[in-house]
Amino acid sequence: MSDVKKIAVIAAGLSQPSSTRLLADRLTEATVNDLRARGVAAEVTVIELRDLAHDVTNNLLTGFPSAKLDEAIAAVTGADGLIAVTPIFTTSYSGLFKSFIDVLDPQSLTDLPVLLGATGGTDRHSLAIDYAMRPLFSYLHAVAVPTGVYAASADWGSGGESTSSTLPARIERAAAELAALAAVSDRSDQVMDPFALPEGFSPVGSFGAQ
Amino acid sequence: MQFGIFTVSDVTTDPTNGTTPTEGERIKAIVTIAKKAEEVGLDVFALGEHHNPPFFSSSPTTTLAYIAAQTEKLILSTSTTLITTNDPVKIAEDYAMLQHLSDGRADLMMGRGNTGPVYPWFGKDIREGIPLAIENYSLLHKLWREEFVNWEGKFRTPLQGFQSTPRPLDGVPPFVWHGSIRSPEIAEQAAFYGDGFFANNIFWPKEHYMRLVSYYRQRFEHYGHGTASQAIVGLGGQAFMRSNSQSAKAEFRPYFDNAPVYGHGPSMEDFTEQTPLAVGSPQEVIDKYAGMREHFGDYQRQLFLMDHAGLPLKTVLEQLDILGEEVVPVLRKEFASNRPADVPDAPTHASLVAKRDSALAASAATDAAAV
Repeated sequence: MSDVKKIAVIAAGLSQPSSTRLLADRLTEATVNDLRARGVAAEVTVIELRDLAHDVTNNLLTGFPSAKLDEAIAAVTGADGLIAVTPIFTTSYSGLFKSFIDVLDPQSLTDLPVLLGATGGTDRHSLAIDYAMRPLFSYLHAVAVPTGVYAASADWGSGGESTSSTLPARIERAAAELAALAAVSDRSDQVMDPFALPEGFSPVGSFGAQ
Repeated sequence: MQFGIFTVSDVTTDPTNGTTPTEGERIKAIVTIAKKAEEVGLDVFALGEHHNPPFFSSSPTTTLAYIAAQTEKLILSTSTTLITTNDPVKIAEDYAMLQHLSDGRADLMMGRGNTGPVYPWFGKDIREGIPLAIENYSLLHKLWREEFVNWEGKFRTPLQGFQSTPRPLDGVPPFVWHGSIRSPEIAEQAAFYGDGFFANNIFWPKEHYMRLVSYYRQRFEHYGHGTASQAIVGLGGQAFMRSNSQSAKAEFRPYFDNAPVYGHGPSMEDFTEQTPLAVGSPQEVIDKYAGMREHFGDYQRQLFLMDHAGLPLKTVLEQLDILGEEVVPVLRKEFASNRPADVPDAPTHASLVAKRDSALAASAATDAAAV
């Protein structure tokens, strides 16, 4: 197992700077700190989906990623831990966020520890993490940590003290949950063989006989 | 080395003037295009199979037989024949018939088809695409090689003492290519049988196909059909040419921008950078395709897509003139230079008959020696 764990961060905010990126950075910092406390170094790759918006659309249309998008996909699918943060638009993750997920191989996030984060104007949408994001990652067989972190605009003006309900406390708890799983992940060491044949495959058939 | 064209048989509106050919016009145009391919010295014409508009080619052997009757040397092939949803018994019969009528100028390329509804329309399940391709081909292979076939599988009714007719011409089945975009199972299948492998690489970056072709070559050697460099490889291509680069780009751009498959996506410049598409002068096309063997090794068949996206017939015929007169002769020379002597050409009916006869002679000699 490698000594350095790879953490990928997806920030799907559309404005620059965005509160989505702000939350992603806070979650990343907390996760890296927690890993360090466990004696584990982290290598972080941050992916701002805004920079890849055209590439994502082109991939949806042509079926293949540009070189730039391919790098981002490799960073996400080969990570030991993923921090996925999206703004909540019209009750759910943003279209760009979902489009990026849609160009991934559905098998490629299997067993990946994921911290779910979301931002929005008011806290009325905080459950979107649990009714929209969590099922998405469950379908992909990723391992979403129990604590999701939702930050409404008002959270950025709340107190910094660590009572259990504040944003900093939620960030700390979620980051600790992700770090615990990423610290023992060996996903980034795995070699994916794109030509691996399914078990029991025979070039002459016998599918029916078995 | 064989050069030719392949078509997906789309009926598409010309984006420069809004006109759409009728099915009848496109069907007649395809025959004209195929005859033009022979006239300009190309070797192969391959036609697709589809079962939904805007495509017209649901029955390739009918069209190919009609073309065979009007040509002398052109090899008629498919791109592709649906091995998943067609009954392999009917494929065996239809293509053996085409083989006879064309005097052995027929081969075919197996494909799974990626139009979801076609599977249920023909009573199949798309999730069984690979198992269907594997089992159906195994039956087809047998039907062409054994006189009376007893067979039982998962996907079709069993056969007892069945003989498909007509028997293959001279007792030698048509050569088969297996087309694939990404499935290693199909590369494995092609390698197992020692059949050809056609990587239709026109819509995706070459790196992916380089790995897929290399995998097929290794497995071809593994199964004892020859060395990896002797495996039978075909590649797709796509080009639009005018005497100067700027005119070619300006004329092709509206067709590119509105084309089925990749239109309204990446810029033409990005797409030509990432895929085999070449838009420019004949020399630019020559340069791009002469480099293909550096990526894929010496190969046997190069097919170009020349007639899609609503290009008018007149333009397509002009393109074939340029391809046949200015591009392919140079590529033939380029590909012949430094080509190792032990890399075979694509199998033809004549070469397969000769191979069969020499194998028979050799075993007769062995038997005689044993006596």
